[in-house]
Amino acid sequence: MSARKPDFRPFAVPLGLVLLWEALMLAFPTASETLAPPHAVILGFFGIVTDGTLALQTAQTLSSALGGLAIGFTLGSLLGAAFGLWRWFDRAMQISVESVRLIPSVALIPLSMMVFGFGTRMEITIVAFTTQWPAMVLARAAVREVEPRLMEVATVLQMSLLQSATKIVLPSILPRLFVSLRLTAGVAMIVAITVEVAANPYGLGAAILAAQISFRPEVMLATLIWTGVVGAGINQVLLTTQNRLFRHSLPGGGGSE
Amino acid sequence: MIRFTQIASFALSLLVALALIGLWHFVASARLVPPIFLPLPEKTFDALVTGMQNGVLLDASLATLRRMFFGWFLACLAGISLGALVGSSQKLRIYVAPMLETLRPLPASSLIPLFIAVIGLSEGMILGVIAFGALWPLLLATTHGIVSVEPLLIEVAQALAMPKHKVLWKISLPSAMPDILAAMRLSLTVSLILAVVCEMLTGSEGLGQWLLATSRAFASTKMFAGIVVLGLMGYASSLIMNLVEARALKWKSAAN
Repeated sequence: MSARKPDFRPFAVPLGLVLLWEALMLAFPTASETLAPPHAVILGFFGIVTDGTLALQTAQTLSSALGGLAIGFTLGSLLGAAFGLWRWFDRAMQISVESVRLIPSVALIPLSMMVFGFGTRMEITIVAFTTQWPAMVLARAAVREVEPRLMEVATVLQMSLLQSATKIVLPSILPRLFVSLRLTAGVAMIVAITVEVAANPYGLGAAILAAQISFRPEVMLATLIWTGVVGAGINQVLLTTQNRLFRHSLPGGGGSE
Repeated sequence: MIRFTQIASFALSLLVALALIGLWHFVASARLVPPIFLPLPEKTFDALVTGMQNGVLLDASLATLRRMFFGWFLACLAGISLGALVGSSQKLRIYVAPMLETLRPLPASSLIPLFIAVIGLSEGMILGVIAFGALWPLLLATTHGIVSVEPLLIEVAQALAMPKHKVLWKISLPSAMPDILAAMRLSLTVSLILAVVCEMLTGSEGLGQWLLATSRAFASTKMFAGIVVLGLMGYASSLIMNLVEARALKWKSAAN
C-alpha cells in the first residue's frame, strides 16, 4: 500500500518498528518494568506535559545550552577571526590551543562541579568551553577564505583594523558564521544533555536518568524522544533562517539538503 | 627554507606553550585562584607520575583506552558496513535514509539510561553505548561518500561488466575514503567522551570514575592529572588519525 505512494515510503520503516515494539511488549509483558509500549509512552508524554515538569526541564536545558552557546560561540569566533587574520599568532598558539582543545569536554565536569556546584553555571561553563573550539575552527577557515583582493582594497584605502574588520571581513564571513552558529548549536545541545546525564541533577538529561532509576520507563522514553525533537527543532529553525537569509551567498545552498 | 620556517614556528609555539605553563605556575603560586581549583603544575605532574608508577592511574587510563578502542572498533565495523549497504541500494535509501537523518541529532549520552534499562549496568552496556553512539557519523559519512562517487567511474565499471561487490570494493569504498576517515576521527572523539561518561555513571574502573572520585575527595592534583591524561589521549588519537589519513589518502594527492 505504501509502496504505491512514494511520499509515504520513508514512514514505512519507523511505523513498522513502532508496531513491532507494541506487539513485542504485548507478547512479553514482564519487560514492562524496564521498557514501555508506545501507547504508554504517549500517555506518559501527556502526563509530563500537563503537570509542567517537561516544560521546566526543557527550559533548564535550553537556558544552559543557549547561555553556554552565546559565550562559547562569541569567544571562539573572535579567537578564530584573530587566528585567521594573523598567521603568526595562529602558529605561535598552535601547540597550546591544540592541547587544550582536544581535552574531552566531559573531563571538565568534576572540576566545574567543584567550582560551581550543581546547577546552571557549571553546565554553562562546560558548554561554553566545548562550543568555542568548533566556532574557532570555522571562523578561522572563513576569515582565511576572504577574497584577498578585498583585503588589498582595505590596505589601499588605509582602513584601520576596526574599519576593515567591520566593513570588509565581517560582511564577507557572515554567511559562514551563521552556518557555524547552527553547527555549534547542535554541539551545545549534545553537551548540555551529556552533562545532565553524567552529573548535573538538572534538565532533560537528568530527567531521563531519574525516570530510568525510578522504574518509569514511559516517562524515560517520552523525555528521550522529546529531547530528540527539541534538538531537531533548533536545527530546523536555524536551517530555515540560514536558507532565507544567505541562500545566494553559500555554495550549494549551504547544506540545505 | 620551508623546513626552516616550519621548525621556527614549531619552536615558537612550543615556547608559547611553556610560557603559558609558567603563567599557570604564577597564578597558582600567587594564589590568585584557590589551590583547590587550580593546583600547581609541578604538583599535577608529580601526581601524574606517582599515579602511573603505583599503577592506579595507569590502570584507570588503560581501562578507558580499552573501552574507547573496542567500542570504536565495533562502531567502525557496523557503521561502514551499514553505510555501504544503504549507500549502494537506492531502494533501501528511500525507506531508511530520512529516518536515519532524523535520529542523528539525538545525543548519544541521552540513550545511556535506555541502555542501562535494557542491558543493565555491565561492561557490555558500556561497549554498546559507545558503539551505538560512535556509529552514526560513520554510517552517514559512508552512505554520503558512496552516493557521491563520480558517475563516470560507475559507468566505466558497468562497461567493464564489473560485478556489484567489486564495484563497491574497488571504486565506491576507496572514493568514499576521505569521508569515512573524517568520520572515523569524529567517532574516536565520541567514543572517548562516552567511555568517560559511562564510567562516571556506572562507577566502573576508568578515568571517568577517577575524576569523579578525586573531585569528591577534593584531591585536585590527582583530578588534574586525570584531565591531563585525557587531554593526551585526545591529542594522541588526533595525531594517529593524521598519520592514517596521510597514508590512506596518498593515492589521492599523487593523482592530482
